Parts: sequence; C-alpha cells; structure tokens
Amino acid sequence: MSTLLEVSGVSVSFDGFKAINNLTFQINDAEMRAVIGPNGAGKTTFMDIITGKTRPDSGSVLWGEKSVSLLSMSESRIAQEGIGRKFQRPTVFEDQSVADNLMLALKKERGPLSVLGFRPSTTDGEKVVDLAEQIGLATALHRKSGELSHGQKQWLEIGMLLAQEPRLLLVDEPAAGMTPAEREHTTELLVEAAKTRAVVVVEHDMEFVRRLGCKVTVLHEGSVLAEGSLDHVTSDEKVIEVYLGR
Amino acid sequence: MAAIALSASRRSFVMRYPSVVIFIGVLALFTLGVTILAEGFGIGVISTSFVKTLGKTLCLCLVALAMDLVWGYCGILSLGHMAFFGIGGYAIGMWLMYARTEIIVRESLAAAPLPPTPQEISDGIAGQIFGVVGASEFPPIWAFAHSLPLQLAAVVLVPGLIALVFGWLAFRSRVTGVYLSILTQAMTLALSLYLFQNDSGLRGNNGLSGLQNLPGLSDVPQSTISILFFWASALALGLGYVICAWMVSGKFGSVIRAIRDDEARVRFLGYSVEAYKLFIFTFTAVIAGIAGALYYPQAGIINPAEIAPIASIYLAVWVAIGGRGRLYGAVIGAAFVSLLSTWFTGGQAPDINLGFYTVQWVDWWTILLGLSFVAVTLFAPRGIGGLFDLISERRHPDRNGASLGPDPGALREKEADQ
Amino acid sequence: MFVVIRRIATCLLLCAALTSTAVAKEADAPIQTLLQSHGAEIKKSSRKSIGPAIDALAASGTPDAQTVLERWQAKEMWFHKDSGLFVFGQEADGGDLALFDVAGGGEIGTAPKKDYKQLKPNSGIRGMIAAALVQFQLNAPDPATRAIALDAIERDAEVSHLAALRASIGPERDLTLKARKERIERLLTIRFAEDDAERIAAIRGFSGDLSVDLRAALNPLVQTKLEVATDLPADAKVVRVGKELAHDEAYALLVERDLAPPRTDPQTLRETLIANIEGEEVAGVKVATLDTDDARAAVYATLAASGNAQPLVTDADVTGALERYVFFEVFTGAPVPVALAAQAALHDIEAKLALSQTVDLALDGLSLASIYFLAAIGLAITFGVMGVINMAHGEFIMMGAYTGYVVQLFVPDYTLSILLAIPLAFAVTFGAGVAMERLVIRWLYHRPLETLLATFGVSIALQQLAKNIFGTQARPLTAPGWLDGSLVFNDVIAISYIRIAIFVLAMIFLAVFLFVMNRTRLGLEVRAVTQNPRMASSMGINPDRINMLTFGFGSGIAGIAGVAIGLYAKVTSEMGADYIVQSFMTVVVGGVGNIWGTLLGATLVGTLQKGIEWLNPSNTLAAQTYMILFIILFIQFRPRGIIALKGRAAEA
Repeated sequence: MSTLLEVSGVSVSFDGFKAINNLTFQINDAEMRAVIGPNGAGKTTFMDIITGKTRPDSGSVLWGEKSVSLLSMSESRIAQEGIGRKFQRPTVFEDQSVADNLMLALKKERGPLSVLGFRPSTTDGEKVVDLAEQIGLATALHRKSGELSHGQKQWLEIGMLLAQEPRLLLVDEPAAGMTPAEREHTTELLVEAAKTRAVVVVEHDMEFVRRLGCKVTVLHEGSVLAEGSLDHVTSDEKVIEVYLGR
Repeated sequence: MAAIALSASRRSFVMRYPSVVIFIGVLALFTLGVTILAEGFGIGVISTSFVKTLGKTLCLCLVALAMDLVWGYCGILSLGHMAFFGIGGYAIGMWLMYARTEIIVRESLAAAPLPPTPQEISDGIAGQIFGVVGASEFPPIWAFAHSLPLQLAAVVLVPGLIALVFGWLAFRSRVTGVYLSILTQAMTLALSLYLFQNDSGLRGNNGLSGLQNLPGLSDVPQSTISILFFWASALALGLGYVICAWMVSGKFGSVIRAIRDDEARVRFLGYSVEAYKLFIFTFTAVIAGIAGALYYPQAGIINPAEIAPIASIYLAVWVAIGGRGRLYGAVIGAAFVSLLSTWFTGGQAPDINLGFYTVQWVDWWTILLGLSFVAVTLFAPRGIGGLFDLISERRHPDRNGASLGPDPGALREKEADQ
Repeated sequence: MFVVIRRIATCLLLCAALTSTAVAKEADAPIQTLLQSHGAEIKKSSRKSIGPAIDALAASGTPDAQTVLERWQAKEMWFHKDSGLFVFGQEADGGDLALFDVAGGGEIGTAPKKDYKQLKPNSGIRGMIAAALVQFQLNAPDPATRAIALDAIERDAEVSHLAALRASIGPERDLTLKARKERIERLLTIRFAEDDAERIAAIRGFSGDLSVDLRAALNPLVQTKLEVATDLPADAKVVRVGKELAHDEAYALLVERDLAPPRTDPQTLRETLIANIEGEEVAGVKVATLDTDDARAAVYATLAASGNAQPLVTDADVTGALERYVFFEVFTGAPVPVALAAQAALHDIEAKLALSQTVDLALDGLSLASIYFLAAIGLAITFGVMGVINMAHGEFIMMGAYTGYVVQLFVPDYTLSILLAIPLAFAVTFGAGVAMERLVIRWLYHRPLETLLATFGVSIALQQLAKNIFGTQARPLTAPGWLDGSLVFNDVIAISYIRIAIFVLAMIFLAVFLFVMNRTRLGLEVRAVTQNPRMASSMGINPDRINMLTFGFGSGIAGIAGVAIGLYAKVTSEMGADYIVQSFMTVVVGGVGNIWGTLLGATLVGTLQKGIEWLNPSNTLAAQTYMILFIILFIQFRPRGIIALKGRAAEA
C-alpha cells in the first residue's frame, strides 16, 4: 500500500488565530480513516486545505504516486485529480432531478466546450441507474432533488461523490440528522467505498466511528493529538483530558 | 429501470424543449402577419415606423434572451449587456456612416476640375463626420470603417473581447453576486463616460446618426428596408432562441444552473466554474452585440446615453418581469415592457383626470414601471412566465412555501434547514 | 544782499510789465528758473519731448520740485500768456483765478483767468510725472505714502526707480518698509541693473522664493529666439530638428529667412494644375488620370520644367535644406550669464512649485475624498453593516438636497436655513428609509440580487417623481455668506471654506458613526444582530426593529450628505445617480463592513481621481473612466478591499 496523501507541517491562521498548527497527516490507498476532535479543533479547515479552499501559510500537501503538490491547484483541478468532498450539510442541486445531479457528477470531461457537445451514451445511463440503486434512490430518479428527505439528500450527495470516481473521499459528518436505519445504510456505503479508495470521515458520534471500525486520528487545537484504533485513542490520557476537561 | 433513465437523457432536443417548436411557430406566424400587413410587400395597413418599432422590439427580445442566459440560468446579474448591445450598434454604425458619407463626398468632388485623390476623399469624409466635434482627421479606431466585413467582424469581436477581458479579471478574482453586478455597472459607466467625450473618436454625445440610410440603397424606399430588417431581426431572434435552448437543454445547462445555485459545490465536482462563467458571459455579450447591430440601423441614431448603466438596468427589469430562468419569459418580458413603454411615453396613452390632478403618462409611466418592478420582485418572482406554469400541467415540488429563485440568495429552503 | 536786490529789481520789472496786481513774487526762485529753462517743452506738453523737463525737476530733489510735479499732475499749473512765468492756480469766483507761488506755495492774489493758460498734461505725461514723483514719495515722512509709492513701483517699475529706491533704503526707519524696499530693490536690480554680476547676485539672493513677482522678473530674462545659421555660434543651444523642433516649423523658418523656397502645398499644386488645363489634358496628361498625389506631382514637375510653374519642392529638397543648416536658440532677454542664472533660478522655483502643487492637489483630493466619504457612509451602514444593497441610496442623497432647497424657499436666511435643513433632511430620509425597509427590503433579506433589483425599481420611481415635482433644471442650494472665499496658504495652495466645511462634516459623521456603533445600546444591538440574528433575538433583541432603525440611520445620513453635496454641486433629480457608483466603489475598495476601510477607500478614490485629472486636466470624463478601470484592476489584487475581514467572519 502506497501513501496517497501526505500533509506535513501545515499551519494556517485567521487574524492571528491559529486554526491549524503544524499538522501532519497521511493516508494510504483503500484506507478508511475517522477524524474526530472537539469543536474548533480544525477539522473543517483541514478539509478546506486539502480541497484547495483555504491556502495554508506554511507546510506541504503532496498527492498520489508522483507526489505532486496540491497547493498551487485550483479547487476544480484538485477535484479532477480525484479528491471528492461531501459537506456537512447536504448540498445537492435542488432545482434539478436526481438523474441530472448524478449525471453532473459522473466522471467525464469537465471543460465547457466538451460539456456543450456532450450527449449521454447508453453506458452513462446505466451508470446513473446503478448508482441510484446503490444509494437507494432508483425510484426517485426523475424527482427534483429538492423534494427528497434530508437523509435521501445525504445519500444522493454520497452517490454524486461515488459518481466522480475519486481516489480520496472526504466526508464531513455524514450521519448527522439521520435515523438509525439511515445510519446503518450510510455506514454500509462508506465501508463499501473504502474497499477501493481512501475515505476520510469527520465525525462527532463515537458510536458511528466505532461501527466504521477503522483507524482514528484525534485533532486538537489544529494539530494531531493521538492516532490509532478507537480503543487506543479513547484510553489516551490527553484525549480524555481534551474531551472531558480537567 | 434503466429504460426510464435512458429515455430521460436520450430524448431528442425538441422533445425535451417543446417550447422551441411553439416559439418558432409563433415567431414565423407573426413575421408573416407583419409582412402581409406592412407597406413593403403587403397591403400597407401598418405604418413603416411601426414596422421599425416591431423590428427593434425583436432585437430587444434577442438581447433579453442573452440576459436571461447569463442571469436567469447562470446567476450573473450583468449590468453591462446593453453596453455590448451599444458597441455592436457603434460598430455597424461606423461603417454605415462612413460608406454613406463617402458616396456624398465622391458626388460632390466629381464636379471638381481634377479627379479626387484618395487623400482628398478621406479628408472630405472626415470633415463631414467629425466637423461637429471640431476635428477633421480620422481617429485610429476608424481604421476599418471603410470595410463592411471588418466592421461586421467588429460587431462580434469587440463586445466579445471586452467581455472576455473583463470577465476574466472579474471571475478570476472570484467577484460574485452583487459585487459583480456593481462591477459590471462600473464598467458600463466607464464606457459611456468615455464615449461622451468629444475626443473619444466616436463624435462624443452627438453619437452616430443617419444610420437608417443604407449606402447604395438610396433608391429603395424605407418601407422595403424596414421589412428587410424586420426579417433579419426575426431570423436572428429565431436562431438565437434555438441555440440558447439547445445550450440550456443538455448537460451544459445543468452545469450553469448548478453554478447559479451553488458554485462552490460545482467547483468541488471538478468543474472550472470560472471557465463556464467566462464562456457564458462572452457568448451572451456577442449575442448582445449582434442584436445591437440589427437594432441601430432601424433606430437610425446611436449616442452614448444608450449605453449608460440605466439601459442595462431596464434590460434586467424586462427579463425579471417576463420571468427569468425560462427563455420565452425573457422574450415576452422584453416585448411586453418595451412596447408598453413606447405606447405610454409616445403620448398615445390617455391621460387620467383625477379632478385635482391630471396624470400624464409621459411623466408617470417611469414611476409606474419602477413600482411594478418592485411589486414583481416581491410578489411574482417568476414574472409573466409564471402564468404559464399555472396553465401547464407541470407539477412543481413542494418547496415548503419558499420559492427557489434563480439566484444564489434565493435558496431559502436550504437556509431553513440550517 | 545781491540776491535781495536782484529780486526786488525783477519784481519791479514784473510789476511794471503787468497791468494786473497778480504776479509771481519770486520769479527768480530756483524752481521758477528751472521751469523756465524747460519752459518750451512744458508748454508744448508732448509726451515725446517732455522727458528732460520731468527728469530735471526730479533730479533737483527739492521739496518745491515735488510740489510742482504733484500740482502739475493735478492740472493746477498755469502760466502767464505774456511772461511765460509759471504759477499754481485755482479757479475762484467770477472767472478769476487764485494764484499761488510755485516756490513755497504762498498766495499771490487773484487775476483774470483769460491772462493765464492751464497746463493740461495727458495721461501719458501724468504717468511720467507719477514715476518721477516716486522718488519724493519714497522719502515722504508719512509711512503710508511711502507704502503707496512702493505699490506704484511694484505695479509699473522703471529704470529710474532703481536709483531712487536705492537712495531711499538707507534713511528708512520703518523695518517692514525697509524689508520691502530691499526686496523690490533686488527685483529691480534683476530687471534693470547694468552690471551683470550685480544682477546675478540679486537672482541668487532670491533662492527659495516662489512668489509671482519674482517669476515675472525672471521670465523675460530667459526668453529665447529660434535662429538658424550654417554654423553654430559659440554658447548657443542647439535645437534638433525632429526632436525639439518639428520639421514643418524648421522649414517655415528657412522660408521666412529666404534661405529656402516655399513648399508646394497640395492646394497650390492643385490650383496650378487646374490653371493649366487645356481641353482634357494638363501638360499632355489626361485629367482623368490625375487621381493620385504621385500623378499630380509628376505633371506639376513637367509644368515646372517647362517654366509654367514654380519648381516643385519635394520632401527630399526639404530634408536637404534642413540638413544644410543648424538651428539654435539665443537668449534675447538678457546677456547669457544673467539668462543662465535666471534659468537656474526658475528651475529651482519650478521644483519647489511642484511640491506646493502636490500639496494643493492632495488638499483637492482630500476634499473630493470627503465628499465621497459623505456619500458612501450611509452605504457603509446599510451595505457594510447590514449587507443590504440599496441602489436607491443615491436618491436619498437627492431627497436630502431637495429638502435643503425647499427649506431655503421658506427660510431666506441662509445660515438659519442650512441649520434647519440638516435635521429636516435627516428626518425626511430617515422616514423614507424606514418606509422602504418595512415595505420592500425586509421581505428580501438574504436575497441580495433581488434586493438590488427592487431598490433599482424604487430608485427609478423616485428619480422620476423628483423630475415631476421639481422639473429637470438644476435647483440652487446656496451656502451662507461666511462659507464664501478660500483659505490661502501661498500663491499655489488655497482651499475654499465650503470644502473645509464638508471635510469637517465628514469627520463629524465619522465620529458620530463610531460613537453610535461602539458606545450606544443601538450600536451594540446592531452588531449583535449582524453577527448572529438568531442568538440576538433569543436574547430579547428584536431584529426587525434593529434592522429598521439601522436602515433608517443609514438613509438619514445620506440625507444630510445630500445637503452638503447640494451646497457644493447643483441639485438635480439625477445627482444621486452621479454618486451611486462611486459610493459603492468607495465601500468595496475600502472593504465591506469596516468604517475605516470606507475612509481609506474614499481617500484613495478621491485623491486618485484628482491625480488623474491633474495628468489630463482638460478631461474629467476621461479621468472618471480611468478611475473606474483602476478600481476594476484594484479588485483583482484585493478582492475584499483594503481592509479585509478574514476567515469565518468573511464568509458570514
């Protein structure tokens, strides 16, 4: 297994407040990783840096076998490199149908001119249907995504991520606001996805993380506090101190 | 199951966009009707000046179509498209004025004892055109005015290039929303202020005039020319509609609507949002330029006041009243409001005597327009086009009572979820 | 003793000669003698010949001479038609003349007017007399007279003044006047002194002085004249053709000096050809083929060769002629060393002047900046703090200005009316702002583009409404008298009081804004609602009320700004539209949501516009164009303005 993403010594501050402080993080191909941490630990900023939304003040972010730097790339270029991101809130295009949403995300040429001439082929249609079945929305293909329930939107967004065929999935609190049954399904989707690609899940809910059954990284004040299995980190003195307070 | 999905994405363009057929049909009938009723080739029931008004209205519909594409579909509230419209008018106006003055100058010099040299002809034309601004030499921007093909190219290239450079600068620095609107307004203001100067090379606030006289066609009556321009405008509008409908019907339309609703999310899907915006902005600027090039020969005169920011604001008003985010809405809005405007400001509307005060529509129409615009924004964001939704069988999703307008600020349902 | 006898003798002689009782008592007084020695010129009263007489009087330096000059100037000098003796005369009753002695001014008696003839110096002579009087006045006992004499010299200096002035410096006791005299003496030295070294020393003595009179004294010295010769004379400055001198001008000089034949201009060429048309041909060439310059030139050459026209001067001829000669400049105003010293001094002055002009430009920019700041501060509140874009903001400014105009219709006292107009304008626009917020804007929070459109609608309607009520012509809003005039620092730097008032008003607004936002309950609640409306409302703050008040406050300030802007510019229904784009630019350039940013933005926009206008003074329209282009480029480098919020706050 080779290193897919290597973040080293990254720092960023907003108006003097250090959101990320000398953070170092690595993930391999086909690995699932949960990132936990209290509020303000820098989880979202960490994702922003990887996806190019925020430029760090120092440090490096290297990607793939050739170790190219992601820092000079635009958000869209990074996404084309194979990094998909799911936001905390479901953000699907509510004015468009489920099929349109999935078609939009399908891995294809992204330039305006090639998109202008694009007409979906039979295989594209099949792919969309397959994805819809995977996320349990096969019957809702032609419904406007604005009509879907909260959980369905979350799945649609995961489906869109999968349609991008990324090599690294960044998922921010996927289970927030879901019913127990929906959580179950979400866990399955993520575990399935992690078989073929790297998945980073940011989550508050310990029970959900336990069910993922993967290595855990604990962030605190913008840097890594502990790393290891869930049992290992939950027995760590520093982690207990941070989570429970003195 | 697969069959349903496939049928959704592989239906033909016309099937997915039935309004195109209806629109082209209505436009063809209208053109035919006007041709029969007009003086040029028909029975002469409607006057030549009214044919010109209708022809101009078709051009305004075309630029409204461009505005709808860039604003209603892509979410960029541009306050610069009437400037591109004006630039198109100036580009064709330069040739019209040059070529016609050249004929006059050649005629007057033909009586001289010596045949004129090219320099004498050029000086004569320059003196005629720039006498009003106290100049007698051609400014550099008139270098291609003698050539119709080059000026026709300028109709497309100049608005396109300005939009490309401005758009590249603006989108690259991620200027969005109201900031972008204000920036485009500033660009329009800069352009009109520049043209207002006498040494802009385009005759300052005199503008270009006499554009209704086509060089070499002085024997053809205006009634014929007006109907020819009417046909050209109808053709341009029809073509523009089909092209725009084709663009928004496929995946491209899906991407630009997605950009309108949440551009950050589109970026994380791997689309270069800036490239799409730039493409749409430039493409619509070119359409606006073409519309302007058809409009001003029918209007006969162009001056910098036509480029002032208020013109672009009115364009936004038309599209909003017609209903943005649907192509036929833009066309209806432009036709409805501009014709109504002509009617009210032309003094044809009857005054209303309130006893203590007489409402003269020439003075009060602008106020009515402004207020009805506020009312449309507040109470009928879908505009006139929204009426078609009531008639048609299209079912709309329940949006918890809050409408999803076509700009990013309108996503209230999503905000309600926060 | 002898003198006395002689006097008596003359007196008797005169008495015998005259039938009347009136006589010049002291006909042999030195002054009378002097006058008599120039009698002919004086009586002739011609500007050309009078010079020596006046000079002689002036040179005598006696108090009598001064009195004579003064009364001569006042047309009170008469002479007896027979004896030619001069007296002072005043017309008395009954056609008689009251006579006074030219020496000492004692009364002599009266005489019939017909025996005497009045001297009537014309204005030219009076001027010469005045100049001659200066030297007397310079030494007059009354300091006021001396000051008037100095004024006269400054106005219209002459060579003769120099010596008189120099002589009067020593005895001068008044220190101010002495300094003035010394200064004028140096100026006169620069202009009139014979000795070059003296002039140069005077020029150098002025270093650091920027005044207009010094520049006026120096400028004639550095006058040059363009000259041409085959060889360059020593110490002449070469002027290169094609660089400092246009080819056409250089050739025109050659033609003027008869060093080259005049150029055949197209007009002459054409007329010559037309004159030589025979049938359908000119010199054997078909007329119809003469539609290029080359063809015409060729035919003309043929005509010239056959002697039917002046020889054609071609471009090559012109170039050749220009190469044969050298063009240079010579000083015509002064000898070369003096001219060079003057040139150096002028360069020095220009450098210093540029500095002053920069200061003046900065002041101009600052006052424009304060106008933009006034126009933008209301927007900084509604747009910057609340995030509401109000395109009708410009119309609120207009409403404020019209309020001022209406108040002046009823209250004629300008000071009082302005004092009344300011709170009234605030009240009117506050009300309009609150009404608009209640009726339109509150339904559109979180939908900035729709707010922009709806407020556009309001703006269009308000503008037309103002047109319907007040008409299209500009209405005056007159400033009180005490705001007329300017504060003058030196010859270059001056700033009008009205601009100072606007600047002060801008500063007051800034203070009021800071006070309201940072020190009052309203400011606290506004900030709370801006940052987190839900939290604020759960703490008992009514966001509706706060939004309404904030919007009203911003609009009210726009109204006051309208009064100020109306004083400075004309009140029209379109005045708001003129400021709206610049106001938004000011807020955006400065950085949204920060009042200091707005201040910096206004300063940048104002000074920059003045700077561009200075580079291209004829054209304010172009200046605005370049200004806007600059702002578009500026946003490239600082998309969030000069003072940018970062991190989570920026994304709110």
